[in-house]
Amino acid sequence: MIKKFDKKDEESGSGSNPFQHLEKSAVLQEARIFNETPINPRRCLHILTKIIYLLNQGEHFGTMEATEAFFAMTRLFQSNDQTLRRMCYLTIKEMANISEDVIIVTSSLTKDMTGKEDVYRGPAIRALCRITDTTMLQAIERYMKQAIVDKVPSVSSSALVSSLHMVKMSYDVVKRWVNEAQEAASSDNIMVQYHALGLLYHLRKNDRLAVSKMLNKFTKSGLKSPFAYCMLIRIASKLLEETEAGHDSPLFDFIESCLRNKHEMVVYEAASAIVHMPNCTARELAPAVSVLQLFCSSPKAALRYAAVRTLNKVAMKHPSAVTACNLDLENLITDSNRSIATLAITTLLKTGSESSVDRLMKQISSFVSEISDEFKVVVVQAISALCQKYPRKHSVMMNFLSNMLRDDGGFEYKRAIVDCIISIIEENPESKETGLAHLCEFIEDCEHTVLATKILHLLGKEGPRTPSPSKYIRFIFNRVVLESEAVRAAAVSALAKFGAQNDDLLPSVLVLMQRCMMDSDDEVRDRATFYMNVLQQKQKALNAAYIFNVRLCLSVSVPGLEKSLHQYTLEPTEKPFDMKSVPLANTPITEQKTEFAPVATSKLPEKPGPTRQDIYQEQLAAIPEFQGLGSLFKTSEAVQLTEAETEYVVRCVKHTFARHMVFQFDCTNTLNDQLLQKVMVQMEPSEAYEVLHYVPAANLPYSQPGSCYSLVRLPEDDPTAVSCTFSCTLKYLVKDCDPNTGEPDDDGYDDEYVLEDLEVTVADHIQKVLKPNFAAAWDEVGDDFEKEETFALASVRTLDEAVGNIISFLGMQPCERSDKVPENKNSHILFLAGVFRGGHDVLVRSRLALADGVTMQVTVRSSDETVVDIILASVG
Amino acid sequence: MTAQTCPRQHQRTTMEIASLEPSLYTVKAVFILDNDGNRLLSKYYDTELYPSMKEQKNFEKNVFNKTHKADTDEIAFVEGMTIVYKCSIDLFFYVVGSAQENELMLMAVLNCLFESLGQILRKNVERRCLLDNMDGVFLVVDEIIDGGVILESDPQQVIQKVNYRLDGSEQAYGLGLFDYIVGNIDEQTDRSQCA
Repeated sequence: MIKKFDKKDEESGSGSNPFQHLEKSAVLQEARIFNETPINPRRCLHILTKIIYLLNQGEHFGTMEATEAFFAMTRLFQSNDQTLRRMCYLTIKEMANISEDVIIVTSSLTKDMTGKEDVYRGPAIRALCRITDTTMLQAIERYMKQAIVDKVPSVSSSALVSSLHMVKMSYDVVKRWVNEAQEAASSDNIMVQYHALGLLYHLRKNDRLAVSKMLNKFTKSGLKSPFAYCMLIRIASKLLEETEAGHDSPLFDFIESCLRNKHEMVVYEAASAIVHMPNCTARELAPAVSVLQLFCSSPKAALRYAAVRTLNKVAMKHPSAVTACNLDLENLITDSNRSIATLAITTLLKTGSESSVDRLMKQISSFVSEISDEFKVVVVQAISALCQKYPRKHSVMMNFLSNMLRDDGGFEYKRAIVDCIISIIEENPESKETGLAHLCEFIEDCEHTVLATKILHLLGKEGPRTPSPSKYIRFIFNRVVLESEAVRAAAVSALAKFGAQNDDLLPSVLVLMQRCMMDSDDEVRDRATFYMNVLQQKQKALNAAYIFNVRLCLSVSVPGLEKSLHQYTLEPTEKPFDMKSVPLANTPITEQKTEFAPVATSKLPEKPGPTRQDIYQEQLAAIPEFQGLGSLFKTSEAVQLTEAETEYVVRCVKHTFARHMVFQFDCTNTLNDQLLQKVMVQMEPSEAYEVLHYVPAANLPYSQPGSCYSLVRLPEDDPTAVSCTFSCTLKYLVKDCDPNTGEPDDDGYDDEYVLEDLEVTVADHIQKVLKPNFAAAWDEVGDDFEKEETFALASVRTLDEAVGNIISFLGMQPCERSDKVPENKNSHILFLAGVFRGGHDVLVRSRLALADGVTMQVTVRSSDETVVDIILASVG
Repeated sequence: MTAQTCPRQHQRTTMEIASLEPSLYTVKAVFILDNDGNRLLSKYYDTELYPSMKEQKNFEKNVFNKTHKADTDEIAFVEGMTIVYKCSIDLFFYVVGSAQENELMLMAVLNCLFESLGQILRKNVERRCLLDNMDGVFLVVDEIIDGGVILESDPQQVIQKVNYRLDGSEQAYGLGLFDYIVGNIDEQTDRSQCA
């Protein structure tokens, strides 16, 4: 008798592994017995198990050897041993991508899938679909349709799930099975119901109306499967979000009714769906929060975890809604599952009062070392949100953060802490010195180059403006001595900023620079030499231009610069390269920090890839009519020119060039029985703007967005005419078509559709630029063309509102965090910076005072007089 | 850390919840490890998540290190993934889903896997017995999850579909009869179950 495994293994106790010393070559050798007659099912089964085990361990099989084993395996279909046959199916699936010619088993599998043995049918379908491609799928289509509606649940489920897997590959074929899937959806079996629903949704998800009909049907008839309910809830909430339907919609009622389902899974799904809906009111949240509250005391850890994680999410937006659960959350802060405890504490930190902060912080520091980095990041985010809420607590927080900073942890965790400290420093001027001291201590022993350079940059920015800047010099210079090239270079730049702003430190900084000039790295030496020479001039304007606000290097888009330089080398010319012709980079969102929510730290870091504007530039350059416009200066945000739910959806993106504007109209046709052709938007300007060209979109089929363009010349004789209103009409040729096939009729007729007016404002001519040191930039531009005027903003009631209005009106970048109005102040100064079309720097200082309404004194400086006039004229 | 890996890593470690695209693809991965953290079985259904074997094993190691001490817990959050797990004697069972996944759905899969294996292994859910019946284990996993979709969540149905006989059971019946005759059935059944 053949024993399955060697009995010797057993002697070495349960620690042994029968598969431990498997050799691939030996196993493949053994696989030759597949060819013996009669087949020995037990031995063959054992060998197949070994092969699958090896594949599972990541053993690499060459195509040749895999194919050989696979072909040998196909002989085993002659045996009728059930387990052996099932293992053959598994082997087929595992080897589908490794072996060649796997399709030779098609006929065996087709036979099994239509045979009498129900046990084989489901698995055979799944194996067959794994090796089938689009062309072969047509051949088995008939069988698949039958299988989907088969009365044996495992067969039906297998067919549905396999169809779902194949939607990606052969959507068109699977789409034809929708009626069968519909029939399967009314099955009594809960899994069949679930799989049918999933497949139906995948086939229809692009057709909102069909999805909505399907939802309507199933929510009325009711389902048995809790999984299917969860799926329905997700579909419903997605539909709600897309259609922006109000919360009085029947879909919302359906989700809410699921809160009373008998399955916890469904209840939780519904609660979570409600919590994640945008703009939920506290009253709508309340039922969801109260079921989550019940879950908090569940004996199941997974349920407690799910509940507290969701509550934590609620607390970010609606802390007051969670206050009712505070008692339950308190019980969870000692939970043996540290993940649950951490989430409970961070939630309480968001909902609790100021007085409980100290206690919670103490509790959490008792086990912060035991939790994983992911949760430490959550803790840091909670602290950061807390500092916003209770600025007075920053000293407690700062202590806690500095302790965390000293502990071990990965990069993400450290970065979260550093970001948090930086945000505290920016929010609370009085915490600046302690914060900087902690960060200085941290870079003394910091293995992450990115963080070290970031902190050095911050020190360079903030350090010189502290009461005793000299104490930071030591920390910075230590970096020059000890660290890698990137950190040394950053340290040199930071040193230069101290030298530029503190005259008494300048001599020492120059001495240190002298030493840096002997560095072994090129970049460090270059920077040191450069700064040395700039600093020795002792001129404020030079310092401002080359040390604080390094406009030329920082604010142009890198791909744009590359392209301009390439262009320059192609056309031999006597003229020097003009930096102003390079498109400016959009100010990255992370720099604005207009809202510092806890989520802000989780934003993806800026990608070094091309920005949105670079992509547009690329697209526009490909259109022959737009050759010779120069480089793209600014691209505006998209403006909707239609209501959300209309036949045609049109939005406009404005592209500004030196002397022209290009309007890009992104149109979508939402009628599935129409094909639009020669689509263009006719524009009637109100001012001296001249429409030069229309570039129509040739075809606009159903639901595929297309773009048409208009090229407009800006008035040259009157540079102050920066604003204009265009009345727009969509013109096109309509052809009716078959909604299913998309086949259009031969004849069409012209039609038009009136769009909303399009405004061009002063903001379209100005690109945002961040000046890290506004005062220096102000001096640099000088007062050659300075103008000042005072306005009264009668309709504005608060300083915040006024600041917001000015920023959005001028489209300039707020500097020095002046977009944030401190509370309880009745005057404020707003600093704005930008570049006007044509490359002129423009700076605006706006003093605001609140009395009855807001009084505003605007001072504008620019390198060009016209620009100053334009700005003042447009404000007035 | 290079710029390329940075955004992805970052995405994984934050707990931010984006809206969930309705889909049947619930399970990202399933694996069974022994008490040294060695892989006994593992299936990754999302090919974008950990495409290479090295990344998979790293992930398993990371998960194991974070969970094997706290074996009474049943849920963890590692590398941006929700992980539900269960420990039995010298085995660890893991089911992995995305951060947005319904934790209770993952739990249903884990429970089904655990109970089904409990039945085919006749309650001897331990390493040696599992390895001796690896074919049955592969089949059970195949019946519960297909390409990341939950195919079945009822252990009874799974057992019925797999229709697997414990290895050595014929022999056990023989011995059982013998033992029944000589009268030491209790002592023998324990031994034979995992022969």
